[in-house]
Amino acid sequence: MSKVQFLLNGQQQSVEVPPMKRLLDVLREDLRLTGTKEGCGEGECGACAVLMNGELVNSCLIPALQAEGTRLCTIEGVSTDGHLHPIQQCFLERGGAQCGICTPGMILATHQLLDKYPNPTMEQIQEGLGGNLCRCTGYMRIFESVQEAAALNPLAGK
Amino acid sequence: MRSDVTEYELSAPATLQEMLSLLAAEPGKYTPIAGGTELMVALGVGRLQSRSLLSLQHFQELRFLREEDGHVVIGANTTFTDLRRSALIAEHLPLLAQSASWTGAIANQNRGTLGGNIVNASPAADNPPVLLVYGASITLISASGMRTLDYNDFHLGYKKTQLRADELVHSVRIPLAYQGYRQYIRKVGTRNALAISKIALAGIARTEGTRIAEIRLGAASLTDRPIRCLAAEKALTGASLAADSLEATLQAGRAALAMEAKPIDDIRSTARYRSAVAENLLEEFLRSLAE
Ligand SMILES: Cc1cc2nc3c(=O)[nH]c(=O)nc-3n(C[C@H](O)[C@H](O)[C@H](O)COP(=O)(O)OP(=O)(O)OC[C@H]3O[C@@H](n4cnc5c(N)ncnc54)[C@H](O)[C@@H]3O)c2cc1C
Ligand code: FES
Ligand code: FES
Repeated sequence: MSKVQFLLNGQQQSVEVPPMKRLLDVLREDLRLTGTKEGCGEGECGACAVLMNGELVNSCLIPALQAEGTRLCTIEGVSTDGHLHPIQQCFLERGGAQCGICTPGMILATHQLLDKYPNPTMEQIQEGLGGNLCRCTGYMRIFESVQEAAALNPLAGK
Repeated sequence: MRSDVTEYELSAPATLQEMLSLLAAEPGKYTPIAGGTELMVALGVGRLQSRSLLSLQHFQELRFLREEDGHVVIGANTTFTDLRRSALIAEHLPLLAQSASWTGAIANQNRGTLGGNIVNASPAADNPPVLLVYGASITLISASGMRTLDYNDFHLGYKKTQLRADELVHSVRIPLAYQGYRQYIRKVGTRNALAISKIALAGIARTEGTRIAEIRLGAASLTDRPIRCLAAEKALTGASLAADSLEATLQAGRAALAMEAKPIDDIRSTARYRSAVAENLLEEFLRSLAE
């Protein structure tokens, strides 16, 4: 077992876990944050995506020990004071979420995308979300949600 | 079946020296782990053999990208995102910026490292063919010091390399010598950029008038390892791109490439398909030179 400490959604956390335990399982089992989903467990689908030091990563491919000292943001940390983040609001209103399994990863991927390209082209949206698979929406509504979120410029001033 | 994670040990040595000493004391006992985008997949499907891992991901001294006497030197821990963000790479080594942008999707590029791509040594890996055409050398580090090899000599066979069990990849070094070269790269996969390639070809060439003065070609998935296509290069050096000889040049290039292609059949594709597509890619590159 290893003691691993990180900043999770703004709060310092410390867990005692096997060092090769997947960060995904640490989040879901040890910290009971089940917003982060498991799809493939092989880095292919993005359902388990979180932000690590501000960068999108797949938590199913990260051993717990490598999260030591990092700053993590999961879907639970995206909203503030009980208010949905504008990206979440746009997914809700535009039908970007159906069953919801891909949604947390999609929203975090959108977060990183808009950080980099506040006004993304369709091509940039498709690349930014290219590692996130959705079995329900057919993607068009997701892309529209992202465009809407960009138009609202949720990250302005951040 | 999924592995039982409690059977695995992982630690993060405080310093690179400490890690190298551990590797030297019991060569083969430990498997280094960088971004984990290969090893954690293996863990997930129960194929991770080694029970003892050492993380090198936190060593910032292996994560750098700098210009040094007319070369760019890239540390093993450099991620594909780092490569894509570098103005130096974008300006001088555009094929590397391109191959990095194809190495899985964004989340994969944020974690996966150049060192991991090289050492994993898949014949289908995206970045080795580019390093080969750019004439890279590779520096390995161990407790007993550093050694530098021509990258062309590094890959020995299917997933076999020159790396010893007590060594780590330190960096690769590429001459900044390709201004004025025509550069080409194309990857053919099932879902373009994200999927592991079925075949990929990288090339650089210098022309003098309508003659090919120099050409280098590198391929993924054409044999059991990443290769320079030396026979095709030889057949094409000095060849004419003039309208009346272009067809003959294309034929000579295709024939030479077919001779050195020994693709494997696997779940992603057949050998015949790979060979044919590689020839088509070469033809596309040569036609672009003739324009
Ligand atoms: C969804 C997905 C898509 C992918 N798509 C592609 C693709 O399109 N193209 C492609 O080429 N690859 C692809 N990959 C494979 C992988 O991302 C790359 O090979 C990556 O470069 C591996 O780097 P890493 O640091 O994550 O490796 P790790 O998993 O940490 O290590 C891989 C191997 O390298 C060794 N190693 C790592 N660093 C060093 C070092 N400095 N010295 C000595 N040994 C070292 C490890 O011991 C291990 O054997 C994909 C992977 C996933 C999960
Ligand atoms: S569960 Fe991690 S990428 Fe699919
Ligand atoms: S909403 Fe169901 S997988 Fe995307």
